[in-house]
Amino acid sequence: MKWALTAVVAVVVLLHQDFWFWTDKTLLFGFLPVGLAYHLGYAVLAAATMALLVRFAWPSRLEDDDRPEP
Amino acid sequence: MTPALIVFAYLAVVLYIGIFAFRRGTASGEDYFLANRGLGQTVFLLSLFGTNMTAFSILGSSGLSYRIGIGVFGLMASASALVIPLTLFLIGTRLWALGKRFGHRTQVGFFRDRWECGGIGTFLFALTAAMLVPYIVIAVMGGGHTLEAVSGGRVPYEAGGAVVALVVMGYVFFGGMRGTAWVNAFQTVLFLAFGTAAFLLIARGVGGLDQVMGRIAADPKTAPLLSRERIPPREFFSYMFIPLSSIMFPHIAIACLTAKSAGHFKKTVTFYPICILALWAPAVYLGVVAAAEFPGLKPGETDDVLVRLLTRHTTPALAGLLGAGIMACVMASDSQIMALSTMFTNDVFVHYGGKERFGDRVQVWTGRAFVAGIAAVAYLIGVALKHTEGIFEVAVRFAFSGYAALAPVMIAALFWKRSTKWGALAAGVWTLATVLGTWYLFSVSAPGKPFPVLPSVFARTPGGVTVFGFLPVVPMVLGSAALVAAVSLLTRPPGPATLGKYFPPKATP
Repeated sequence: MKWALTAVVAVVVLLHQDFWFWTDKTLLFGFLPVGLAYHLGYAVLAAATMALLVRFAWPSRLEDDDRPEP
Repeated sequence: MTPALIVFAYLAVVLYIGIFAFRRGTASGEDYFLANRGLGQTVFLLSLFGTNMTAFSILGSSGLSYRIGIGVFGLMASASALVIPLTLFLIGTRLWALGKRFGHRTQVGFFRDRWECGGIGTFLFALTAAMLVPYIVIAVMGGGHTLEAVSGGRVPYEAGGAVVALVVMGYVFFGGMRGTAWVNAFQTVLFLAFGTAAFLLIARGVGGLDQVMGRIAADPKTAPLLSRERIPPREFFSYMFIPLSSIMFPHIAIACLTAKSAGHFKKTVTFYPICILALWAPAVYLGVVAAAEFPGLKPGETDDVLVRLLTRHTTPALAGLLGAGIMACVMASDSQIMALSTMFTNDVFVHYGGKERFGDRVQVWTGRAFVAGIAAVAYLIGVALKHTEGIFEVAVRFAFSGYAALAPVMIAALFWKRSTKWGALAAGVWTLATVLGTWYLFSVSAPGKPFPVLPSVFARTPGGVTVFGFLPVVPMVLGSAALVAAVSLLTRPPGPATLGKYFPPKATP
Protein backbone atom coordinates (compact mmCIF):
# COMPACT_ATOMS: atom_id res chain seq x y z
CA MET A 1 0.00 0.00 0.00
CA LYS A 2 2.83 2.38 0.91
CA TRP A 3 4.44 2.06 -2.51
CA ALA A 4 1.12 2.30 -4.32
CA LEU A 5 0.33 5.57 -2.54
CA THR A 6 3.82 6.92 -3.24
CA ALA A 7 3.24 6.14 -6.91
CA VAL A 8 -0.13 7.91 -6.82
CA VAL A 9 1.48 11.04 -5.35
CA ALA A 10 4.28 10.91 -7.94
CA VAL A 11 1.75 10.67 -10.78
CA VAL A 12 -0.22 13.61 -9.35
CA VAL A 13 2.99 15.66 -9.14
CA LEU A 14 3.74 14.86 -12.80
CA LEU A 15 0.20 15.72 -13.87
CA HIS A 16 0.87 19.30 -12.79
CA GLN A 17 3.11 19.75 -15.85
CA ASP A 18 0.28 19.70 -18.42
CA PHE A 19 2.36 20.73 -21.43
CA TRP A 20 -0.42 19.50 -23.74
CA PHE A 21 -2.61 22.53 -22.86
CA TRP A 22 0.26 25.05 -23.02
CA THR A 23 -1.01 27.05 -26.00
CA ASP A 24 -4.62 25.81 -26.10
CA LYS A 25 -7.03 28.76 -25.92
CA THR A 26 -10.26 26.75 -26.10
CA LEU A 27 -13.07 28.16 -23.99
CA LEU A 28 -15.18 25.52 -22.27
CA PHE A 29 -18.87 26.53 -22.02
CA GLY A 30 -17.88 29.76 -23.74
CA PHE A 31 -16.18 31.31 -20.69
CA LEU A 32 -13.68 28.90 -19.07
CA PRO A 33 -10.18 28.57 -20.63
CA VAL A 34 -9.32 24.88 -20.88
CA GLY A 35 -5.90 25.36 -19.22
CA LEU A 36 -7.55 26.99 -16.21
CA ALA A 37 -10.26 24.31 -16.08
CA TYR A 38 -7.54 21.65 -15.98
CA HIS A 39 -5.83 23.24 -12.99
CA LEU A 40 -9.12 23.82 -11.17
CA GLY A 41 -9.64 20.09 -11.62
CA TYR A 42 -6.07 19.52 -10.47
CA ALA A 43 -6.82 21.28 -7.16
CA VAL A 44 -9.78 18.96 -6.68
CA LEU A 45 -7.52 16.01 -7.54
CA ALA A 46 -5.05 17.27 -4.90
CA ALA A 47 -7.87 17.25 -2.33
CA ALA A 48 -8.82 13.71 -3.37
CA THR A 49 -5.18 12.61 -3.11
CA MET A 50 -4.93 14.02 0.39
CA ALA A 51 -8.18 12.29 1.36
CA LEU A 52 -6.67 9.04 0.06
CA LEU A 53 -3.50 9.57 2.12
CA VAL A 54 -5.52 10.38 5.24
CA ARG A 55 -7.63 7.25 4.72
CA PHE A 56 -4.85 4.78 3.96
CA ALA A 57 -1.55 6.27 5.17
CA TRP A 58 -2.45 8.21 8.29
CA PRO A 59 0.35 7.91 10.88
CA SER A 60 -1.98 6.47 13.50
CA ARG A 61 0.79 6.21 16.12
CA LEU A 62 0.53 10.00 16.38
CA GLU A 63 -2.92 9.52 17.83
CA ASP A 64 -1.21 8.09 20.92
CA ASP A 65 -0.26 11.66 21.79
CA ASP A 66 -3.95 12.54 21.97
CA ARG A 67 -4.46 10.30 24.95
CA PRO A 68 -4.48 12.02 28.33
CA GLU A 69 -1.53 11.45 30.65
CA PRO A 70 -2.08 8.51 33.04
CA MET B 1 -15.55 58.31 3.14
CA THR B 2 -17.91 55.29 3.41
CA PRO B 3 -15.22 52.75 2.40
CA ALA B 4 -12.83 54.15 5.03
CA LEU B 5 -15.50 53.87 7.74
CA ILE B 6 -16.14 50.23 6.82
CA VAL B 7 -12.40 49.53 7.02
CA PHE B 8 -12.20 51.21 10.44
CA ALA B 9 -15.19 49.12 11.60
CA TYR B 10 -13.31 46.02 10.42
CA LEU B 11 -10.20 47.06 12.34
CA ALA B 12 -12.32 47.57 15.47
CA VAL B 13 -13.78 44.05 15.08
CA VAL B 14 -10.37 42.36 14.84
CA LEU B 15 -9.09 44.37 17.80
CA TYR B 16 -12.09 43.23 19.81
CA ILE B 17 -11.45 39.60 18.82
CA GLY B 18 -7.91 39.90 20.22
CA ILE B 19 -9.12 41.42 23.49
CA PHE B 20 -11.85 38.78 23.79
CA ALA B 21 -9.19 36.09 23.34
CA PHE B 22 -7.15 37.78 26.09
CA ARG B 23 -10.09 37.38 28.50
CA ARG B 24 -10.41 33.70 27.62
CA GLY B 25 -6.71 32.99 28.14
CA THR B 26 -4.52 32.30 31.13
CA ALA B 27 -1.22 33.96 32.05
CA SER B 28 0.97 30.97 31.14
CA GLY B 29 3.56 30.89 28.37
CA GLU B 30 2.00 27.77 26.88
CA ASP B 31 -1.30 29.64 26.54
CA TYR B 32 0.10 32.91 25.20
CA PHE B 33 2.48 31.37 22.67
CA LEU B 34 0.57 28.25 21.59
CA ALA B 35 -3.07 28.75 22.70
CA ASN B 36 -2.47 25.87 25.12
CA ARG B 37 -2.11 23.56 22.09
CA GLY B 38 -5.87 23.52 22.06
CA LEU B 39 -7.22 25.01 18.81
CA GLY B 40 -10.35 23.31 17.54
CA GLN B 41 -10.81 21.77 14.11
CA THR B 42 -12.43 24.70 12.28
CA VAL B 43 -10.24 27.45 13.74
CA PHE B 44 -7.13 25.35 13.08
CA LEU B 45 -7.99 24.90 9.38
CA LEU B 46 -9.10 28.48 8.78
CA SER B 47 -6.27 30.08 10.74
CA LEU B 48 -3.59 27.89 9.13
CA PHE B 49 -4.94 28.78 5.69
CA GLY B 50 -5.24 32.47 6.59
CA THR B 51 -1.72 32.49 7.97
CA ASN B 52 -0.43 31.32 4.59
CA MET B 53 -2.38 33.92 2.61
CA THR B 54 -0.94 37.37 1.99
CA ALA B 55 -1.90 40.45 0.02
CA PHE B 56 -0.41 38.71 -3.00
CA SER B 57 -3.03 35.95 -2.85
CA ILE B 58 -5.75 38.32 -4.02
CA LEU B 59 -4.20 41.52 -5.31
CA GLY B 60 -0.86 40.30 -6.63
CA SER B 61 -2.30 37.22 -8.32
CA SER B 62 -4.95 39.20 -10.20
CA GLY B 63 -2.31 41.75 -11.21
CA LEU B 64 -0.01 39.01 -12.44
CA SER B 65 -2.77 37.22 -14.38
CA TYR B 66 -3.60 40.57 -16.01
CA ARG B 67 -0.06 40.48 -17.41
CA ILE B 68 0.62 36.79 -18.13
CA GLY B 69 -2.77 35.09 -18.10
CA ILE B 70 -4.63 32.18 -16.57
CA GLY B 71 -1.42 30.19 -16.10
CA VAL B 72 -0.93 32.03 -12.80
CA PHE B 73 -3.37 29.60 -11.21
CA GLY B 74 -1.28 26.58 -12.21
CA LEU B 75 1.92 28.43 -11.41
CA MET B 76 1.10 29.26 -7.82
CA ALA B 77 -2.28 27.99 -6.69
CA SER B 78 -2.52 24.42 -7.93
CA ALA B 79 1.15 23.74 -7.12
CA SER B 80 0.46 24.90 -3.55
CA ALA B 81 -2.80 22.94 -3.49
CA LEU B 82 -0.79 19.72 -3.58
CA VAL B 83 2.57 20.56 -2.00
CA ILE B 84 1.39 22.52 1.07
CA PRO B 85 -1.09 19.92 2.37
CA LEU B 86 1.45 17.22 1.58
CA THR B 87 4.05 18.94 3.75
CA LEU B 88 1.45 19.46 6.49
CA PHE B 89 0.61 15.76 6.29
CA LEU B 90 4.21 14.52 6.33
CA ILE B 91 5.96 17.19 8.41
CA GLY B 92 3.31 19.20 10.27
CA THR B 93 1.81 16.16 11.96
CA ARG B 94 5.22 14.93 13.15
CA LEU B 95 6.17 18.38 14.42
CA TRP B 96 2.88 18.53 16.31
CA ALA B 97 3.48 15.12 17.92
CA LEU B 98 7.08 15.88 18.91
CA GLY B 99 6.10 19.30 20.23
CA LYS B 100 3.41 17.81 22.38
CA ARG B 101 5.57 14.94 23.63
CA PHE B 102 8.76 16.91 24.37
CA GLY B 103 7.37 20.42 24.93
CA HIS B 104 8.92 22.15 21.91
CA ARG B 105 7.34 25.51 21.19
CA THR B 106 9.23 26.29 17.99
CA GLN B 107 10.99 24.36 15.27
CA VAL B 108 14.28 25.78 16.56
CA GLY B 109 13.68 24.09 19.92
CA PHE B 110 13.20 20.82 18.07
CA PHE B 111 16.41 21.24 16.03
CA ARG B 112 18.44 21.99 19.15
CA ASP B 113 17.24 18.90 20.95
CA ARG B 114 17.34 16.65 17.89
CA TRP B 115 20.96 17.49 17.12
CA GLU B 116 22.13 18.06 20.71
CA CYS B 117 23.38 21.53 19.87
CA GLY B 118 22.26 25.00 20.97
CA GLY B 119 24.37 26.75 18.34
CA ILE B 120 22.61 25.22 15.33
CA GLY B 121 19.31 26.43 16.79
CA THR B 122 20.65 29.95 17.28
CA PHE B 123 21.95 30.03 13.70
CA LEU B 124 18.66 28.80 12.22
CA PHE B 125 16.73 31.20 14.47
CA ALA B 126 18.75 34.17 13.16
CA LEU B 127 18.41 33.02 9.55
CA THR B 128 14.66 32.36 9.59
CA ALA B 129 13.89 35.47 11.67
CA ALA B 130 15.90 37.72 9.32
CA MET B 131 14.00 36.41 6.29
CA LEU B 132 10.68 37.15 8.04
CA VAL B 133 11.29 40.86 8.70
CA PRO B 134 10.58 42.10 5.12
CA TYR B 135 7.08 40.56 5.29
CA ILE B 136 6.23 42.57 8.38
CA VAL B 137 7.56 45.84 6.93
CA ILE B 138 5.62 45.29 3.70
CA ALA B 139 2.41 44.70 5.66
CA VAL B 140 2.75 48.03 7.46
CA MET B 141 3.46 49.75 4.14
CA GLY B 142 0.47 48.02 2.53
CA GLY B 143 -1.77 49.09 5.41
CA GLY B 144 -0.68 52.71 5.02
CA HIS B 145 -1.28 52.70 1.27
CA THR B 146 -4.65 50.93 1.57
CA LEU B 147 -6.06 53.30 4.18
CA GLU B 148 -4.81 56.27 2.20
CA ALA B 149 -6.48 54.92 -0.95
CA VAL B 150 -9.86 53.96 0.54
CA SER B 151 -10.15 57.26 2.42
CA GLY B 152 -9.44 59.27 -0.71
CA GLY B 153 -6.25 60.65 0.85
CA ARG B 154 -7.94 61.87 4.07
CA VAL B 155 -5.91 59.36 6.11
CA PRO B 156 -2.27 59.96 5.10
CA TYR B 157 0.12 57.04 4.57
CA GLU B 158 1.97 57.62 7.86
CA ALA B 159 -1.25 57.67 9.90
CA GLY B 160 -2.67 54.65 8.06
CA GLY B 161 0.49 52.65 8.68
CA ALA B 162 0.39 53.64 12.35
CA VAL B 163 -3.25 52.55 12.68
CA VAL B 164 -2.53 49.16 11.11
CA ALA B 165 0.61 48.63 13.21
CA LEU B 166 -1.28 49.58 16.39
CA VAL B 167 -4.26 47.34 15.67
CA VAL B 168 -2.09 44.32 14.80
CA MET B 169 0.13 44.99 17.80
CA GLY B 170 -2.99 45.35 19.97
CA TYR B 171 -4.61 42.01 19.27
CA VAL B 172 -1.33 40.08 19.11
CA PHE B 173 -0.13 41.77 22.33
CA PHE B 174 -3.29 40.93 24.25
CA GLY B 175 -4.63 37.85 22.51
CA GLY B 176 -1.35 36.03 21.83
CA MET B 177 -1.62 32.94 19.64
CA ARG B 178 -5.31 32.42 20.42
CA GLY B 179 -6.22 35.98 19.40
CA THR B 180 -4.04 35.74 16.29
CA ALA B 181 -5.60 32.41 15.28
CA TRP B 182 -9.15 33.70 15.79
CA VAL B 183 -8.44 36.85 13.78
CA ASN B 184 -6.84 34.74 11.03
CA ALA B 185 -9.87 32.47 10.94
CA PHE B 186 -12.14 35.52 10.69
CA GLN B 187 -9.95 36.97 7.93
CA THR B 188 -10.07 33.69 5.99
CA VAL B 189 -13.85 33.73 6.03
CA LEU B 190 -13.68 37.33 4.83
CA PHE B 191 -11.19 36.41 2.04
CA LEU B 192 -13.41 33.61 0.78
CA ALA B 193 -16.68 35.56 1.06
CA PHE B 194 -15.11 38.60 -0.58
CA GLY B 195 -13.66 36.61 -3.46
CA THR B 196 -16.96 34.89 -4.22
CA ALA B 197 -19.02 38.09 -3.93
CA ALA B 198 -16.58 40.09 -6.05
CA PHE B 199 -16.61 37.40 -8.72
CA LEU B 200 -20.41 37.27 -8.94
CA LEU B 201 -20.87 41.05 -8.91
CA ILE B 202 -18.23 41.70 -11.53
CA ALA B 203 -19.47 38.83 -13.72
CA ARG B 204 -22.87 40.53 -13.74
CA GLY B 205 -21.38 43.99 -14.19
CA VAL B 206 -19.32 43.14 -17.28
CA GLY B 207 -22.41 41.79 -19.04
CA GLY B 208 -21.65 38.08 -18.80
CA LEU B 209 -18.38 36.16 -18.66
CA ASP B 210 -18.86 34.57 -22.08
CA GLN B 211 -19.08 38.05 -23.63
CA VAL B 212 -15.89 39.35 -22.05
CA MET B 213 -13.94 36.13 -22.68
CA GLY B 214 -15.09 36.22 -26.31
CA ARG B 215 -13.63 39.71 -26.63
CA ILE B 216 -10.34 38.59 -25.09
CA ALA B 217 -10.10 35.58 -27.44
CA ALA B 218 -10.84 37.72 -30.50
CA ASP B 219 -8.12 40.29 -29.78
CA PRO B 220 -4.60 39.07 -30.75
CA LYS B 221 -3.11 41.24 -27.98
CA THR B 222 -5.13 39.60 -25.20
CA ALA B 223 -5.75 36.11 -26.60
CA PRO B 224 -2.45 34.71 -25.15
CA LEU B 225 -3.87 35.39 -21.66
CA LEU B 226 -6.19 32.40 -22.18
CA SER B 227 -3.24 30.01 -22.31
CA ARG B 228 0.25 29.73 -20.82
CA GLU B 229 2.14 31.16 -23.79
CA ARG B 230 3.69 33.89 -21.65
CA ILE B 231 5.10 31.51 -19.02
CA PRO B 232 8.37 29.69 -19.85
CA PRO B 233 7.99 25.94 -19.14
CA ARG B 234 11.11 25.79 -16.91
CA GLU B 235 9.80 28.61 -14.73
CA PHE B 236 6.44 26.84 -14.51
CA PHE B 237 8.23 23.69 -13.38
CA SER B 238 10.30 25.66 -10.84
CA TYR B 239 7.18 26.89 -9.07
CA MET B 240 6.52 23.35 -7.86
CA PHE B 241 9.45 23.89 -5.44
CA ILE B 242 8.25 27.21 -3.98
CA PRO B 243 5.48 25.79 -1.72
CA LEU B 244 8.14 23.75 0.12
CA SER B 245 8.80 27.07 1.85
CA SER B 246 5.45 26.97 3.61
CA ILE B 247 6.30 24.49 6.36
CA MET B 248 9.62 26.24 7.01
CA PHE B 249 7.98 29.59 7.67
CA PRO B 250 8.20 30.00 11.45
CA HIS B 251 4.54 31.07 11.65
CA ILE B 252 3.37 27.93 9.84
CA ALA B 253 5.61 25.52 11.77
CA ILE B 254 4.50 27.09 15.07
CA ALA B 255 0.85 27.05 13.94
CA CYS B 256 1.18 23.28 13.49
CA LEU B 257 1.88 23.02 17.22
CA THR B 258 -1.41 24.66 18.18
CA ALA B 259 -3.81 21.88 17.12
CA LYS B 260 -5.68 20.20 19.93
CA SER B 261 -5.47 16.80 18.30
CA ALA B 262 -3.53 15.04 15.55
CA GLY B 263 -6.89 14.28 14.02
CA HIS B 264 -7.38 18.00 13.30
CA PHE B 265 -4.81 17.70 10.53
CA LYS B 266 -7.04 15.22 8.67
CA LYS B 267 -9.70 17.71 7.54
CA THR B 268 -7.13 20.49 7.26
CA VAL B 269 -5.00 18.70 4.67
CA THR B 270 -8.07 17.48 2.78
CA PHE B 271 -9.86 20.83 2.56
CA TYR B 272 -6.77 22.98 2.12
CA PRO B 273 -6.70 22.51 -1.70
CA ILE B 274 -10.38 23.47 -1.90
CA CYS B 275 -9.73 26.66 0.09
CA ILE B 276 -6.92 27.52 -2.33
CA LEU B 277 -9.23 26.91 -5.28
CA ALA B 278 -11.98 29.07 -3.76
CA LEU B 279 -9.64 32.00 -3.08
CA TRP B 280 -7.32 31.98 -6.08
CA ALA B 281 -9.67 31.01 -8.93
CA PRO B 282 -11.79 34.22 -8.79
CA ALA B 283 -8.69 36.40 -8.31
CA VAL B 284 -6.85 34.92 -11.32
CA TYR B 285 -9.94 34.85 -13.53
CA LEU B 286 -10.84 38.47 -12.74
CA GLY B 287 -7.28 39.55 -13.49
CA VAL B 288 -7.77 38.28 -17.05
CA VAL B 289 -11.22 39.92 -17.24
CA ALA B 290 -9.56 43.21 -16.24
CA ALA B 291 -7.30 42.97 -19.28
CA ALA B 292 -10.38 43.47 -21.45
CA GLU B 293 -11.87 46.15 -19.21
CA PHE B 294 -8.72 48.24 -18.61
CA PRO B 295 -6.27 47.60 -21.46
CA GLY B 296 -2.79 49.08 -21.41
CA LEU B 297 -1.99 49.22 -17.69
CA LYS B 298 1.72 49.25 -16.82
CA PRO B 299 3.21 46.59 -14.46
CA GLY B 300 3.17 48.99 -11.47
CA GLU B 301 -0.54 49.71 -12.00
CA THR B 302 -1.84 46.16 -12.32
CA ASP B 303 -2.01 45.22 -8.63
CA ASP B 304 -5.19 47.26 -8.17
CA VAL B 305 -7.15 45.80 -11.10
CA LEU B 306 -9.61 44.20 -8.66
CA VAL B 307 -10.19 47.59 -7.03
CA ARG B 308 -10.77 49.11 -10.45
CA LEU B 309 -13.24 46.37 -11.43
CA LEU B 310 -15.22 46.73 -8.23
CA THR B 311 -15.22 50.52 -8.36
CA ARG B 312 -16.59 50.40 -11.90
CA HIS B 313 -19.17 47.70 -11.32
CA THR B 314 -20.32 48.05 -7.67
CA THR B 315 -21.30 50.65 -5.05
CA PRO B 316 -19.12 52.60 -2.54
CA ALA B 317 -20.29 50.34 0.32
CA LEU B 318 -19.07 47.27 -1.55
CA ALA B 319 -15.83 49.06 -2.32
CA GLY B 320 -15.51 49.52 1.44
CA LEU B 321 -15.95 45.82 1.95
CA LEU B 322 -13.24 45.38 -0.63
CA GLY B 323 -11.02 47.66 1.44
CA ALA B 324 -11.69 45.46 4.46
CA GLY B 325 -10.84 42.38 2.40
CA ILE B 326 -7.59 43.96 1.27
CA MET B 327 -6.85 44.97 4.84
CA ALA B 328 -7.43 41.37 5.90
CA CYS B 329 -4.78 40.28 3.41
CA VAL B 330 -2.37 43.00 4.40
CA MET B 331 -2.73 42.17 8.09
CA ALA B 332 -1.51 38.64 7.56
CA SER B 333 1.63 39.99 9.24
CA ASP B 334 0.01 39.31 12.62
CA SER B 335 1.03 35.66 12.66
CA GLN B 336 4.54 36.59 11.55
CA ILE B 337 4.90 39.06 14.43
CA MET B 338 3.51 36.43 16.79
CA ALA B 339 5.98 33.86 15.45
CA LEU B 340 8.94 36.22 15.85
CA SER B 341 7.86 36.93 19.42
CA THR B 342 7.48 33.22 20.17
CA MET B 343 10.87 32.45 18.69
CA PHE B 344 12.68 35.30 20.43
CA THR B 345 11.13 34.50 23.79
CA ASN B 346 11.55 30.72 23.66
CA ASP B 347 14.66 30.33 21.52
CA VAL B 348 16.65 33.19 23.01
CA PHE B 349 15.15 34.38 26.32
CA VAL B 350 14.27 30.94 27.69
CA HIS B 351 17.19 29.13 26.09
CA TYR B 352 19.69 31.47 27.69
CA GLY B 353 18.17 31.14 31.15
CA GLY B 354 15.61 33.96 31.29
CA LYS B 355 12.68 31.81 32.38
CA GLU B 356 14.63 30.10 35.15
CA ARG B 357 15.71 33.47 36.49
CA PHE B 358 12.47 35.43 36.10
CA GLY B 359 9.65 32.88 35.76
CA ASP B 360 6.81 32.11 33.38
CA ARG B 361 4.96 35.41 33.88
CA VAL B 362 7.98 37.51 32.88
CA GLN B 363 8.45 35.22 29.89
CA VAL B 364 4.95 36.11 28.64
CA TRP B 365 5.56 39.82 29.20
CA THR B 366 8.87 39.52 27.35
CA GLY B 367 6.91 38.09 24.43
CA ARG B 368 4.44 40.97 24.62
CA ALA B 369 7.21 43.56 24.82
CA PHE B 370 8.81 41.98 21.75
CA VAL B 371 5.49 42.22 19.87
CA ALA B 372 5.27 45.94 20.69
CA GLY B 373 8.91 46.46 19.77
CA ILE B 374 8.82 44.68 16.42
CA ALA B 375 5.57 46.46 15.42
CA ALA B 376 7.16 49.83 16.27
CA VAL B 377 10.37 49.04 14.38
CA ALA B 378 8.41 47.79 11.33
CA TYR B 379 6.38 51.02 11.37
CA LEU B 380 9.45 53.23 11.59
CA ILE B 381 11.15 51.36 8.74
CA GLY B 382 7.90 51.52 6.73
CA VAL B 383 7.73 55.30 7.15
CA ALA B 384 11.44 55.98 6.68
CA LEU B 385 11.65 53.84 3.52
CA LYS B 386 8.22 54.73 2.15
CA HIS B 387 9.37 54.97 -1.45
CA THR B 388 11.46 51.81 -1.48
CA GLU B 389 8.65 49.28 -1.23
CA GLY B 390 10.05 47.45 -4.27
CA ILE B 391 13.17 46.47 -2.33
CA PHE B 392 11.10 44.71 0.33
CA GLU B 393 8.97 42.98 -2.29
CA VAL B 394 12.11 41.60 -3.91
CA ALA B 395 13.38 40.55 -0.48
CA VAL B 396 10.14 38.66 0.16
CA ARG B 397 10.42 36.84 -3.17
CA PHE B 398 13.99 35.75 -2.40
CA ALA B 399 13.03 34.78 1.14
CA PHE B 400 10.43 32.33 -0.26
CA SER B 401 13.26 30.51 -2.05
CA GLY B 402 15.36 30.65 1.12
CA TYR B 403 12.69 28.99 3.23
CA ALA B 404 12.15 26.36 0.53
CA ALA B 405 15.90 25.63 0.60
CA LEU B 406 15.64 24.93 4.33
CA ALA B 407 12.96 22.25 3.83
CA PRO B 408 15.57 19.46 3.40
CA VAL B 409 16.89 20.35 6.88
CA MET B 410 13.48 19.71 8.42
CA ILE B 411 12.96 16.52 6.41
CA ALA B 412 16.38 15.22 7.48
CA ALA B 413 15.71 16.04 11.14
CA LEU B 414 12.38 14.21 11.14
CA PHE B 415 13.05 11.21 8.93
CA TRP B 416 16.79 10.52 8.75
CA LYS B 417 18.51 9.19 11.87
CA ARG B 418 21.94 9.69 10.35
CA SER B 419 21.49 13.45 9.83
CA THR B 420 23.79 15.72 11.85
CA LYS B 421 24.02 19.31 13.03
CA TRP B 422 26.90 19.84 10.60
CA GLY B 423 24.74 18.76 7.70
CA ALA B 424 22.06 21.20 8.84
CA LEU B 425 24.64 23.95 9.26
CA ALA B 426 26.00 23.35 5.75
CA ALA B 427 22.49 23.61 4.29
CA GLY B 428 21.82 26.77 6.32
CA VAL B 429 25.05 28.42 5.12
CA TRP B 430 24.21 27.37 1.54
CA THR B 431 20.75 28.94 1.90
CA LEU B 432 22.18 32.20 3.24
CA ALA B 433 24.84 32.33 0.52
CA THR B 434 22.42 31.62 -2.31
CA VAL B 435 19.80 34.13 -1.10
CA LEU B 436 22.51 36.82 -0.94
CA GLY B 437 24.00 35.60 -4.24
CA THR B 438 20.60 35.83 -5.98
CA TRP B 439 20.17 39.32 -4.59
CA TYR B 440 23.60 40.28 -5.94
CA LEU B 441 22.89 38.84 -9.40
CA PHE B 442 19.53 40.62 -9.42
CA SER B 443 21.10 43.94 -8.50
CA VAL B 444 23.88 43.82 -11.13
CA SER B 445 21.60 42.89 -14.03
CA ALA B 446 18.67 44.45 -15.87
CA PRO B 447 15.77 42.96 -17.86
CA GLY B 448 16.38 42.80 -21.59
CA LYS B 449 20.15 43.31 -21.33
CA PRO B 450 22.94 40.69 -21.58
CA PHE B 451 23.70 39.20 -18.16
CA PRO B 452 27.02 40.60 -16.85
CA VAL B 453 28.12 37.33 -15.17
CA LEU B 454 28.10 33.92 -16.93
CA PRO B 455 25.40 34.82 -19.48
CA SER B 456 25.21 31.18 -20.62
CA VAL B 457 24.03 30.20 -17.11
CA PHE B 458 22.08 33.15 -15.76
CA ALA B 459 19.39 35.32 -17.28
CA ARG B 460 17.43 38.26 -15.93
CA THR B 461 13.63 38.31 -15.85
CA PRO B 462 11.51 41.32 -14.79
CA GLY B 463 11.05 39.83 -11.32
CA GLY B 464 14.27 37.93 -10.71
CA VAL B 465 17.07 35.80 -12.08
CA THR B 466 17.03 32.36 -13.71
CA VAL B 467 19.66 29.61 -13.71
CA PHE B 468 19.63 27.61 -16.97
CA GLY B 469 16.07 28.89 -17.33
CA PHE B 470 14.98 27.59 -13.92
CA LEU B 471 14.19 29.82 -10.95
CA PRO B 472 16.96 29.90 -8.30
CA VAL B 473 14.76 27.91 -5.94
CA VAL B 474 15.50 24.71 -7.90
CA PRO B 475 19.30 24.66 -7.43
CA MET B 476 18.85 26.08 -3.93
CA VAL B 477 16.65 23.19 -2.78
CA LEU B 478 18.66 20.51 -4.58
CA GLY B 479 21.97 21.92 -3.30
CA SER B 480 20.64 22.11 0.24
CA ALA B 481 19.46 18.48 0.10
CA ALA B 482 22.82 17.33 -1.29
CA LEU B 483 24.73 19.21 1.43
CA VAL B 484 22.59 17.85 4.29
CA ALA B 485 23.17 14.33 2.98
CA ALA B 486 26.88 14.60 2.17
CA VAL B 487 28.01 16.53 5.25
CA SER B 488 25.89 14.36 7.57
CA LEU B 489 27.53 11.23 6.21
CA LEU B 490 30.96 12.74 6.88
CA THR B 491 30.23 13.75 10.48
CA ARG B 492 29.18 12.05 13.70
CA PRO B 493 25.44 11.64 14.40
CA PRO B 494 23.83 12.41 17.78
CA GLY B 495 24.16 9.93 20.61
CA PRO B 496 22.04 6.80 21.08
CA ALA B 497 19.88 8.42 23.78
CA THR B 498 18.75 11.21 21.43
CA LEU B 499 18.25 8.84 18.51
CA GLY B 500 16.23 6.54 20.76
CA LYS B 501 14.12 9.50 21.83
CA TYR B 502 13.29 10.64 18.29
CA PHE B 503 13.35 7.26 16.54
CA PRO B 504 11.91 4.81 19.06
CA PRO B 505 11.85 1.17 17.95
CA LYS B 506 8.56 0.21 16.36
CA ALA B 507 6.32 -1.74 18.72
CA THR B 508 5.86 -5.35 17.73
CA PRO B 509 2.25 -6.54 17.58
